[in-house]
Amino acid sequence: MKRFASLFTQVDQTTKTLPKVAALKSYFEEAPEEDRLWCIAIFSGRRPKRTLTTPFLRGWAAEKAGIPLWLFEEAYPVVGDLAETIALVLPPATRDSDQSLTHWINVIRTLPTLEEEERKATVLDAWDQLDPIERFIFNKLLTGGWRVGVSQKLMTRALAQATGQDEAVITHKLMGNWTPDTTTYQQLIEADDPTADLSRPYPFYLAYQLEDGPEALGTPSEWRAERKWDGIRGQLIVRGGEHHLWSRGEDLMTDRFPEFTVTPDFLPDGTVIDGEVLAWADGAPLSFNALQKRIGRKTVPKKLLAEAPVILKSYDLLEFDGEDWRDRPFDERRARLEALVHELPSEVPVKLSPLVAFETWDALTTEREKSRDLNAEGVMLKRGDSPYLSGRKKGDWWKWKVDPLVIDAVMIYAQAGHGRRANLFTDFTFAVWNGNDLVPFTKAYSGLTDAEFREITSWVRKNTQQRFGPVRQVTPHHVFEIAFEGIQESPRHKSGVALRFPRMSRWRKDKPLQEANTLDDLNDMLRIYG
Amino acid sequence: MADVLTFTDRGIYCAAGDFYVDPWKSVDRALITHGHADHARWGMGSYLATEQAAPVMRMRLGDIQLDTIRYGEVRQIGSASVSFHPAGHVPGSAQIRIDVGGEVWVVSGDYKVVSDGLSEPFEPVKCHAFISECTFGLPVFTWDSPKDVAAKLNTWWAIAAAEGKTAIVGAYSLGKAQRILSSCDPSIGPILTHAAIENTNEVLRGQGYSLPDTVRVTAETDRKAYRGALVVAPPSALGSAWARKFGATTTAFASGWMALRGVRRRRAADRGFVMSDHADWPGLNSAIAETGAERIFVTHGYTSVFRKWLESQGYDAKIVETDYDGESLDATDTSTEDAA
Repeated sequence: MKRFASLFTQVDQTTKTLPKVAALKSYFEEAPEEDRLWCIAIFSGRRPKRTLTTPFLRGWAAEKAGIPLWLFEEAYPVVGDLAETIALVLPPATRDSDQSLTHWINVIRTLPTLEEEERKATVLDAWDQLDPIERFIFNKLLTGGWRVGVSQKLMTRALAQATGQDEAVITHKLMGNWTPDTTTYQQLIEADDPTADLSRPYPFYLAYQLEDGPEALGTPSEWRAERKWDGIRGQLIVRGGEHHLWSRGEDLMTDRFPEFTVTPDFLPDGTVIDGEVLAWADGAPLSFNALQKRIGRKTVPKKLLAEAPVILKSYDLLEFDGEDWRDRPFDERRARLEALVHELPSEVPVKLSPLVAFETWDALTTEREKSRDLNAEGVMLKRGDSPYLSGRKKGDWWKWKVDPLVIDAVMIYAQAGHGRRANLFTDFTFAVWNGNDLVPFTKAYSGLTDAEFREITSWVRKNTQQRFGPVRQVTPHHVFEIAFEGIQESPRHKSGVALRFPRMSRWRKDKPLQEANTLDDLNDMLRIYG
Repeated sequence: MADVLTFTDRGIYCAAGDFYVDPWKSVDRALITHGHADHARWGMGSYLATEQAAPVMRMRLGDIQLDTIRYGEVRQIGSASVSFHPAGHVPGSAQIRIDVGGEVWVVSGDYKVVSDGLSEPFEPVKCHAFISECTFGLPVFTWDSPKDVAAKLNTWWAIAAAEGKTAIVGAYSLGKAQRILSSCDPSIGPILTHAAIENTNEVLRGQGYSLPDTVRVTAETDRKAYRGALVVAPPSALGSAWARKFGATTTAFASGWMALRGVRRRRAADRGFVMSDHADWPGLNSAIAETGAERIFVTHGYTSVFRKWLESQGYDAKIVETDYDGESLDATDTSTEDAA
């Protein structure tokens, strides 16, 4: 644990990439293989399951610290992190030990098999032999929600450097539904064939947003355009007579979307298709709301299957006939994909995402403007001769979203954030005018700079009218421009509308309170875009 | 027994002696615990402070009518007898003991119980009522020993020096800056100071406080000639054009708030050292216990939580509204100079 704690300290103390990668690299070179595997698992979102509920931990920590529980609860929001609060209130350890990371993870994993008294004894015993940083890590593993400034990308780079392998190869090896129980460091990282696991997906290629127009991209004839669908990015794998559906966040979604169980009957073995899972009816996408109902469910009731059936809008072919096609040009992959999908009977829910024809950039601009009517977010641009890369890379693929909708709203409630944002007011509720009343209609958390968050925080402290638990009602004064991607009717909200991806796009210090938008304005938008 | 002090909108008032302690509005007679701007303000008719605190106050407040007193010396003011006792907060800082007819109240100002090697060490004073800050009055605040903090600071500086970088640490110009100077190991490299800090250093050196040799940074200083130096500057200088002239740098901030990972990560500095001139949770509790006081008035900090805690421990505890800042959390973000 000391080695892992030192790694954690090193990456936590810096915001710079190079020292982080260097620290990870030396960890991957020096740590025992078991610990390396767990380290990879932790930084790729494969933490051990939570085995304790937090009320137990809070109670034990307060008791051990000799403070009443209410005092612990008062301190928690100031720290903004439960694992850290516990680590900070506990008295110093009375012993010193240096068990491995794997040892402590195993201790955590055995907790559910123990009686409550034994669990408590085990956790207290652990706290009593770990230093503050080790305790924090131990508590993080206990409570979940591990956010360290290490992206999977950084970890992959460090692993590539430590093992002398290509970054893309490591990325591929880390995909799929492995856990430290189902593999070893040797099998996962050192073994040669990443497709040995039939369910293993390819890393997704992600596009950057095109900030200015497409003119800088050069000749239109070198580029292909598609609609940018507002669904869930998905990779459909048919191998060994079975199918698997992966999300971009590396969630296996196969069981959630039983529509695709027919695919192994129609698609040849060794086929991997990249596309967008969409709720679809009568030849058009349903709203994202319809799909949302499907996302949260592990199993789907019949009624929902009928109401919101899904399809895969296919746009790329990554593997054909068991062969990795990612290095072939887009046009070639696309031609093969079209042939493949055209052969499918209409009941197979794999459809083609059609190309959008355009001769000039002006023509494409016109096409892009139709996006909202088509329930699309914009257009995608892909270079005809481009390979399928892994991760977010600039150059060959671009997303060109339509400009967001905006509305000017008044801030009425504020709440402090968590973790890095503890003690800062970052979560706000906004309202529009309805006569002389302010009607809340959305929350927003992002879009301001750190300096702006600090400025608004100090303002909120001085302008709180009333407190409701962690929420503060503030004097209506500040107007913010709220940007969002879509608007829908919602009986659950007082205003009657729900926004998609709301964020603060501008602090309208120039705008007086009375000039914020009205509920009528919002309803007009609902009529046009809802 | 009548209350020795009352709490007014001008400050803490002693009717028996007709004086105020650390008032925030203009009054005739002010007794000052220490020279920080939220305790020693401009515009009082007359001031009384320790001999050790006086020179810095004169530097900051200019031509004021300032009388001084030795630590432990008893002075009669009206029907109150008054004495000053070390608070351990910054050089010259004091708790003020006020005795009216045998009823003793102590105003502690800001204090810390651990010796920083420079300030006169905190001295517990028995009293009936104790007026305490509680800037860090939550059980999550426990400071590492000054020795451990010094070791971390020196390691950070030595690594920066080895990499050819200049190490810049942000610290308030009275107290924290000198504490950093007396914690650091001058054998690692040269130590440079911002003018705002060096002015205070000169005054303190003149009083006999021992500080390592430092180089004042002026407009003429060739800042790149001091690769590997430690630079001590006010927090507002971090990230400024002034700091950028040093070339390759690594930055740090020293504050009690750095104990919290969220605050530490939010700061633009590369490192955060947990170093405070205020008492931590164990320090506040032990200091209060040692006074033997039954009545506790808490001024600035986590007052409502700390008052509730003290009540649960059997004290008669009350909150007093003041204009003191303590070591403000905002200051660690927005770099307000001298809030602590």
